[in-house]
Amino acid sequence: MAPAPSSTSSAVTLNINGEQHQLTVDHRTTLLDALRERLDLTGTKKGCDHGQCGACTVLVDGRRAVSCLNLAVAAEGREITTIEGMAEGGQLHPVQQAFLDLDGYQCGYCTPGQICSAIAVIEEHAAGWPSAATDDVRPEAGPPALTPDEIRERMSGNLCRCGAYVSIVQAVTRAAEDHEAAAREDDRAETVKGAAA
Amino acid sequence: MKEFGYQRADDVSGAVALLAADPDARFLGGGTNLVDLMKTGVERPTRLVDIRGLPLDTVEETADGGLRIGATVTNSDLAAHPGVRRRYPALAQAVLAGASGQLRNMATVGGNLLQRTRCGYFTDLSKPCNKRAPGSGCSAVTGEHHNHAVLGASDHCVAVHPSDMGVALAAFDAVVRYETLDGPGGTPAAGELPLADFYLPVGDTPHRETALPPGALITGVTLPPAPVAARSRYRKVRERASYAFAIGSVAAALGIEDGVVTEARLAFGAVASRPWRAHAAEAVLTGAPAAGDTFAAAADAELAAARPLPDNGYKVTLMRNLAVAVLTELAEEAAR
Repeated sequence: MAPAPSSTSSAVTLNINGEQHQLTVDHRTTLLDALRERLDLTGTKKGCDHGQCGACTVLVDGRRAVSCLNLAVAAEGREITTIEGMAEGGQLHPVQQAFLDLDGYQCGYCTPGQICSAIAVIEEHAAGWPSAATDDVRPEAGPPALTPDEIRERMSGNLCRCGAYVSIVQAVTRAAEDHEAAAREDDRAETVKGAAA
Repeated sequence: MKEFGYQRADDVSGAVALLAADPDARFLGGGTNLVDLMKTGVERPTRLVDIRGLPLDTVEETADGGLRIGATVTNSDLAAHPGVRRRYPALAQAVLAGASGQLRNMATVGGNLLQRTRCGYFTDLSKPCNKRAPGSGCSAVTGEHHNHAVLGASDHCVAVHPSDMGVALAAFDAVVRYETLDGPGGTPAAGELPLADFYLPVGDTPHRETALPPGALITGVTLPPAPVAARSRYRKVRERASYAFAIGSVAAALGIEDGVVTEARLAFGAVASRPWRAHAAEAVLTGAPAAGDTFAAAADAELAAARPLPDNGYKVTLMRNLAVAVLTELAEEAAR
């Protein structure tokens, strides 16, 4: 992509859920509006449109971000994952399943953003990132346990006006526990494989 | 939103040259503040120069015990960095206290320093605001100002700087590195500004916020070694438990030997147009017994200059209590 400096629109290729989408965008177009209005990916929701509610959360290069403050033209070359890209082979993502099983929503409008955010929260925690709820952020203190306080803090960028927070925390807790159990299982399988080799 | 051009900068000198050629262009980092201000019409750039691809995204631990932080390092990466958490834990805490996980993944160090106030009148185009429209007046002085400045403000503007990160950087003598052109049509040249000189006094020019030369690009922040910072804390008070701007915050570090304060670092947030380094308080602390009386006297010394408005006088009490609490915690930690 090499727009003339005076141009106010650009032809871009956006990588969304593993698919390449070619489109010409006015530079004012946010990633959120490109997803919803141009690409018919309406799972990502517009709430405040000012980065304050989290309804439009997607993953950009694997990290959660608000799509309302990302410009579509600046998203070229990045891997975008929306709620539509979370299920694999007809199987819901474990975080999606946990929200279903534990009623992590009421009206559902904030849910795609909540789920995208929760998937990233679990990854960030697994990577050892501290949060504002972490008593001691020094690396020697080790990673904090993903307690309800930690989850509430880490999920605070996603508002739910129905107030389904109690079950959202339960859903994230279960999904995180399953994630950790799976990671331990993988470690054990690796160890067994290593011993056998 | 006004239409604008968009370009990705390939290197620092190219980015600086692009802005020099177009004074109404802006650098785009994470965009968390700039894109929002463009939506509200406060910012109306002719073009955006996207700097996120520049090689300014690393945190280096320097041999002397300090840090060199690149301007496009995200808040998330800064707060997660082991060197930051070990050498300047209050800086990691400050960053983690700001915004949300989504925004911290986008926002950058350079942009954090240059973010604009969240004063409601600044973003309300229907209201006078000297910062947005010089000479139009200040709506906050006689209007809604419960979260406005009590230190260093003027009749022309009482807005506060919203950064948490900046408060910790101020406590630890951060130096801002930038690149600029050495004159019109000149060649790129590097410069440095101590954070203490980075933000301009409010006076009657609240629209002029920093001492950066026009069109300069922040390339990074240097933290000089500060062994005292290894035991440091940041605490933030806000109107809800998370994801809100501060109504008051404190970054502090204390060196204590035999019950006496040997070195003190203290900075206040959400009380002034810039992160507020509490030099008067530090002077009281240094050499005094590490005890509650000292901490209260230190806070009082700093806050003696406070000039609250009718609806933000609570901040003086809040900051005093907050400073005493954080210093007390640090002293207790040192005694363990």
